[in-house]
Amino acid sequence: MSEATAVATAPVATDPSLPFSQEVPGAVIGEWAADSDKALFVAPDKLLPLLTHLRDREGYDFLSSVTCVDYSAYKGKARAGISERFDVVYHIYSTRQGGGPVRLHVRVPESETVPSATSVYPGANLQEREVWDLYGVKFEGHPNLRRVLTWEGFHGHPLRKDWKEAYFEEEAKPFKSRHPEGGYKWHEDKLPWGDNNTYPQNWDPDSWSEPVTYVPVSQAPSDHHAYGELDTQSIVVNLGPHHPSTHGVFRMLTRIEGETILALEPEMGYLHRNHEKIGERNAWLMNMPFTDRLDYINSMSNNLGYALAVEKLLGIEVPERAQYIRVIMAELTRVINHTWSIGFILNDLGALQTPALYAIEEREMILDLFEEISGARLMCNYMRFGGVVRDLTPGWEERAKYLVHDRLPRALDQLDDLLSGNEIVKARGRGVGYLSAQDLIALSVSGPMIRAAGLAYDIRKAEPYCIYDRFDFDIPTLPESDIYARYYIRLLEARESIKILKQALRDIPPGEVNAYASATLNQGFGTIMGGKGGYNFRPKEGEAYARIEAPKGELGYYVVSDNKANAYRYHVRSPSYINLNALGPMSVGYKVADAVVILGAIDIVLGEVDR
Amino acid sequence: MFGTGLLKGLGITLKHFTDTFTDDRQKVPSRYQDSIQLDKNRRIIEQPITQEGLLTIQYPEERRLLPERFRYIPMLIWDTEANEDRCTACGICAKVCPPQCIWIVRDKDENGKPVTRPAEFYIDVAVCMSCSFCTEFCPFDAIKMNHDYELAVYDRYPQLVYSKEELTVPLEYYAALWPTQFAAEQQKRKEEAEAERIRNEEKKRAAEEKARAKAAGEAAPAAAEGGAKPKRSAEELAAMKAAAAAKAAARKSGEEGGESAAVAEAAAEAMAAPAVSEADAKKARLEEMKRQAAEKAKARKESGA
Repeated sequence: MSEATAVATAPVATDPSLPFSQEVPGAVIGEWAADSDKALFVAPDKLLPLLTHLRDREGYDFLSSVTCVDYSAYKGKARAGISERFDVVYHIYSTRQGGGPVRLHVRVPESETVPSATSVYPGANLQEREVWDLYGVKFEGHPNLRRVLTWEGFHGHPLRKDWKEAYFEEEAKPFKSRHPEGGYKWHEDKLPWGDNNTYPQNWDPDSWSEPVTYVPVSQAPSDHHAYGELDTQSIVVNLGPHHPSTHGVFRMLTRIEGETILALEPEMGYLHRNHEKIGERNAWLMNMPFTDRLDYINSMSNNLGYALAVEKLLGIEVPERAQYIRVIMAELTRVINHTWSIGFILNDLGALQTPALYAIEEREMILDLFEEISGARLMCNYMRFGGVVRDLTPGWEERAKYLVHDRLPRALDQLDDLLSGNEIVKARGRGVGYLSAQDLIALSVSGPMIRAAGLAYDIRKAEPYCIYDRFDFDIPTLPESDIYARYYIRLLEARESIKILKQALRDIPPGEVNAYASATLNQGFGTIMGGKGGYNFRPKEGEAYARIEAPKGELGYYVVSDNKANAYRYHVRSPSYINLNALGPMSVGYKVADAVVILGAIDIVLGEVDR
Repeated sequence: MFGTGLLKGLGITLKHFTDTFTDDRQKVPSRYQDSIQLDKNRRIIEQPITQEGLLTIQYPEERRLLPERFRYIPMLIWDTEANEDRCTACGICAKVCPPQCIWIVRDKDENGKPVTRPAEFYIDVAVCMSCSFCTEFCPFDAIKMNHDYELAVYDRYPQLVYSKEELTVPLEYYAALWPTQFAAEQQKRKEEAEAERIRNEEKKRAAEEKARAKAAGEAAPAAAEGGAKPKRSAEELAAMKAAAAAKAAARKSGEEGGESAAVAEAAAEAMAAPAVSEADAKKARLEEMKRQAAEKAKARKESGA
């Protein structure tokens, strides 16, 4: 696989053969050799001109992912002779042309800053905050560079390689203490305040209190004379963190004037568990069940995204039958997610529980099917590198066919009949939460949200993965970009999913379900990857980014390998988190009650937002 | 028309209500068909995919029939045929476990030599994430996923740390929970045993033939003398034996110390001289390492000062 065989060439100051050397001279200072993703090294001071050029002239309008890699513990050969500690990595796609990304690396030493991309791509906002929070790389010109996933009093930047968590045991799994000679020690026996618990300097946990005023909320006009001569005052209202409308532990800080929202700021991280650090301690395979826990409604598509990313590194071909099974699972998951999401939009509209339960009735049936093949309803852990873990059970396909041909269309028709003409859904949904397609793309919003704004952008068509190019399906779009459109687009998409499912269940061939099914899984991986066994293989050095059209939007996995049994870098580009960029702009000007539905229509899952 | 949406919604609710209500008034409601009645109110329900109407199950009186592949937490298999633990304490499950919730201590025999049997085996089921990697990678079919999901206790520790006794189940239990997979495994075991038996027989036959040929050769030494290899003298044989032993010992000590092949070679050379025994070589190596460590410490001290 060409993408995985990336080896850095030495950066050359001004080389006319480098890309964009005519358009933005001096911006690109090197590139990864033999790389399909056009990975380029960019001079920090020329980053913004290059981004502007890419957006305005080359059509790369969608900043998919901003993340960072701390190379201080890197053991591979590709970083030889490079002293900068961090690489800030950008993946930028074109929604008009489709196809692969431009991948930019900006190398920064610990002491320096990177210009913030928010002036070119406003969608970099949350992601740059995340990089600052977890890596301590500062972005110059960012409007609101505060911690986002950890709390304000947190000491250190947890994704740095030299940061150690409480109860730190070893750098990488498997931990030696578990192996046959024993020597086990329970966490409960350890002191809860070990020596790796530290506070910032001059910081006293007893006297500290969280600052109340937040930048964007306080930037909103504090006194708004909307009511003529009446002297009114705006107030700050917290929605959440414990509130039934927030779909989990999530807080919306609002400044309101009467009932009208003047500014809204999402606050997240209450469920943060540093998924990525866990992922970097894990061996490659161990991450698979952890991905289940991200978006716990759609574990199958989370599995799929991660499997695709690591398969890119390994260069494995997936057998035909496994490809079909993967598509079937991903699309069943999409039906689950969309019916669930529709049900809970209703919940947020005030139709408490009953319609939501009717909407998710068929979900139970799909979960039964998942349980039958994978052993679990939600945490499926079904995909593996090179295929899926086990074949379908006898009779499974017939049951799935019944569901797809009979039951699911019936349920969707019922939902459509009940809701699409419903006066309350229309009155509350039409024209509420509007944001133009252009704004949404600029804010890096993906998934049903942009299709409800009239932009036919779907990764299954734009950059087909698995075998989606074989199926006949459409990308439904609606022009309104309001809550009603966001509800209705999910119904239409679920119907398209059923279309794909019908074709996949018709065409699924017999055969192996894993590239290593002939041997047992562990022997297979062991012999092919040259490792010690299936759980302990070592992908060759390089980096890979795989993205899929998850039900909630673009789900991306960025992995870096330094030819070790553990992932060097494991990053999840989670759609829920990045779609929240749009929550503030979308809610301004509407009522508090609408903000609840606007959030519901974005369709977030806090397991994925907070990671 | 205003209000139709409301009526439609009420209609759907009413339909759900009447469907389930009329169904429930029947002698055997459709959701109880094909269910296994355990007691007056207690049953195990197999919910078919065509189930309409009431989909809820009155847990704990009613329970779902779990599919074979259902996984909850692992269990250890006691092989009732061989009357022993299938587990060999190889530690693969502990290595592959994503949350690292398995601890194993290998058993020792009376001489203190490790044997292929676990002395202790713990799983912190509060940490276990039910991924079933341990069962996927176990080469001995010794750890399998249990279907028992009612694990609630009052204290997490130590009640949720399961020991070997709590984890071990007889083979029959596993066979009842996982019938298809168990049958496939038994089939494979049978085939492997058959292959092993054939291999052994062939080996035996080959050995017998060899012995026969040897006997024939001894019977006619004069015929063999011309073409056969020149016989080695007793001294030569002894020297070769000594060299081989030295090499083996060197390899062994090299592995123990994690030293490179150079040490092994040096040890082999040392062994060639009859006066230097294995123990002496080891001692010499230890001395050398000590000396190096002392030198390093000295250098560090000097640079620090």
